[in-house]
Amino acid sequence: MDIIVCVKHVPDTTEAEVVIREDQRGIKTEDLPYVINEWDEYAIEEAILMKERLGGTVVAVTVGPEEAEATLRRCLAKGADWAMRIWDEGLEEADGFAIAKVLHAAIKDMKYDLILTGTQAGDDGYAVVGVALAELLGIPHAALVKKIELKDGSAVVHRELEGGLEEVVEVRLPAVFTIQTGINEPRYVSIMGIKRARKKELRVVSLSDLGLTVDEVLQSSWLTIKRMYVPPPKKQAVIIQGSPADVAAQIVEILKSKGLM
Amino acid sequence: MRDIFVLAEHRKGEIRDITFEMLSKGWELAEQAGGTLTAVLLGHNVDEHASKLAEYAKKVLVVDNPLLENFNAELYQQALAHIIKEHKPTLLMMGHTGFGMDLAPALAVQLGLPLATDCIDLCLDGGRLLVTRQMYGGKVNVEAAVRVAETYLVTVRSASFEAKEGVSAGGEIVHVDVPIQEVDYKRFVQYVEPPKGEVDITAADIIVSVGRGIREEKNLPLIEELAKALGGVVACSRPIVDKGWLPKDRQVGSSGKTVRPKLYIAIGISGAFQHVLGMKDSEMIIAINKDPKAPIFSVADYGVVDDLFKVVPELTKKIQEAKGG
Ligand SMILES: Cc1cc2nc3c(=O)[nH]c(=O)nc-3n(C[C@H](O)[C@H](O)[C@H](O)COP(=O)(O)OP(=O)(O)OC[C@H]3O[C@@H](n4cnc5c(N)ncnc54)[C@H](O)[C@@H]3O)c2cc1C
Repeated sequence: MDIIVCVKHVPDTTEAEVVIREDQRGIKTEDLPYVINEWDEYAIEEAILMKERLGGTVVAVTVGPEEAEATLRRCLAKGADWAMRIWDEGLEEADGFAIAKVLHAAIKDMKYDLILTGTQAGDDGYAVVGVALAELLGIPHAALVKKIELKDGSAVVHRELEGGLEEVVEVRLPAVFTIQTGINEPRYVSIMGIKRARKKELRVVSLSDLGLTVDEVLQSSWLTIKRMYVPPPKKQAVIIQGSPADVAAQIVEILKSKGLM
Repeated sequence: MRDIFVLAEHRKGEIRDITFEMLSKGWELAEQAGGTLTAVLLGHNVDEHASKLAEYAKKVLVVDNPLLENFNAELYQQALAHIIKEHKPTLLMMGHTGFGMDLAPALAVQLGLPLATDCIDLCLDGGRLLVTRQMYGGKVNVEAAVRVAETYLVTVRSASFEAKEGVSAGGEIVHVDVPIQEVDYKRFVQYVEPPKGEVDITAADIIVSVGRGIREEKNLPLIEELAKALGGVVACSRPIVDKGWLPKDRQVGSSGKTVRPKLYIAIGISGAFQHVLGMKDSEMIIAINKDPKAPIFSVADYGVVDDLFKVVPELTKKIQEAKGG
């Protein structure tokens, strides 16, 4: 099984304050911690589990600046064989489709049985790259995959729908599956893994190496960001203030007054 | 004058809510643009659905074909590509759902049309489409312009638009014959229902729900004790189920359960829209989160901005005292 996994290095904004840039077309990223996209962490794990069972290779590919190598190194430390980073300064503005075009140019002549991506990226939430890539490559796909059973030349996959319902489909390989969280238990990175990763190849590729120009990639973008702003709250919660003990006492009063206790 | 198309989403004999939400928005956009609203219905033996949709749209385009009985992105893509080429609508909306996420990007690439995903608002301005969507887990709204095209494709987030009552549109039902070829590379096998657990959280009056803020599995008893003191049940956000700390039947949200208890306490939950979809209609919501900017505070009635590890034990204690005394 030769598997390509597309991964993204993203800012983790769950607990951080998000500050919008002056030009309103992006956020300030300098002070934010960066991590591997949550969905991709499950995708790389799934690929490595398959490789451990069946042999073959796992390649991690990202479109991102030099800092994104941290995410590729993480994939290498977990067991990917080699990694590729594609970048050009102009790609800052790229949307999901533009990224899919770049990945397509990089992947189309590689050897693979399976391509995995995350269902979406936690930062922009487009949920576009995997399915668009499949269509560009002319191979089948399944999105939101929560279980993969490999058969001879095909895979039976469970797609997650609303309410926890799953749809089972059989898909011929090679195919692209976009992975949903919870499909496996991502492993921790071991010290041994980190050591071994240092010796693994991390290839850096430019757009011109792929025969592309920034302009043509960006022109194909579907979206242009005009303005970012903090969403106006639909409703603003009454904030209960005070020490934990005070707060607890106030909540008890509220619950009593509503007949909830 | 060109048209707004809405792809009806239905599954196992039911039209899904997102369809009516999109039809409401579609009606509004069509009126503004001086166009008409068309519902597109792909399926098999779907006459009842067609009559229902005719209350909401001026026209219902029906492709009735046994191959379309169950959702299969490849076959739906063939049918939609044909319809779009033939009718050239200004806009085709579908749900940002398990269905739309599998279908829309491939359709857009095939037809060379731009797609805006997960939109919470849309605005047609002359020939341009402006969309509003969210980034960074709901902490930022983004207005984006879609590349100018003859037809725009969008996927719409659930519960972004209110589903209004049918306008008795008296829509004309038009059956169209679209060539669809069976494909051998992707085949629907079956649906698998989620396992039924031992606790039905949808029946509970009081839910104490825990998210990733709890950090480690060994901290869960903190939440269980609070739930016990209140006589409620424990539920959770998705990451807690993904990690295997609680069973799937405890998950609240779009891919879990929808709950409407009298009291929902969200602890260490950020308030991603997929979670909010499952709990926003609770009668009272209290959120405990140390991040004052967490989106959960814009759906909660009461909020506590503090460390859950300090607040929750105090709260449990005070409730036990109040109940004991
Ligand atoms: C197709 C799809 C379907 C999905 N379905 C669902 C679903 O059904 N249900 C669901 O929940 N999610 C669902 N998700 C995932 C969703 O997008 C979010 O990733 C998830 O809801 C985040 O869970 P969380 O709030 O627990 O974690 P996080 O977003 O990581 O938030 C943790 C919160 O805890 C707070 N916190 C941390 N430490 C403390 C502390 N000591 N004291 C107080 N607060 C603290 C942080 O400030 C943060 O706000 C789905 C996603 C996709 C793509």
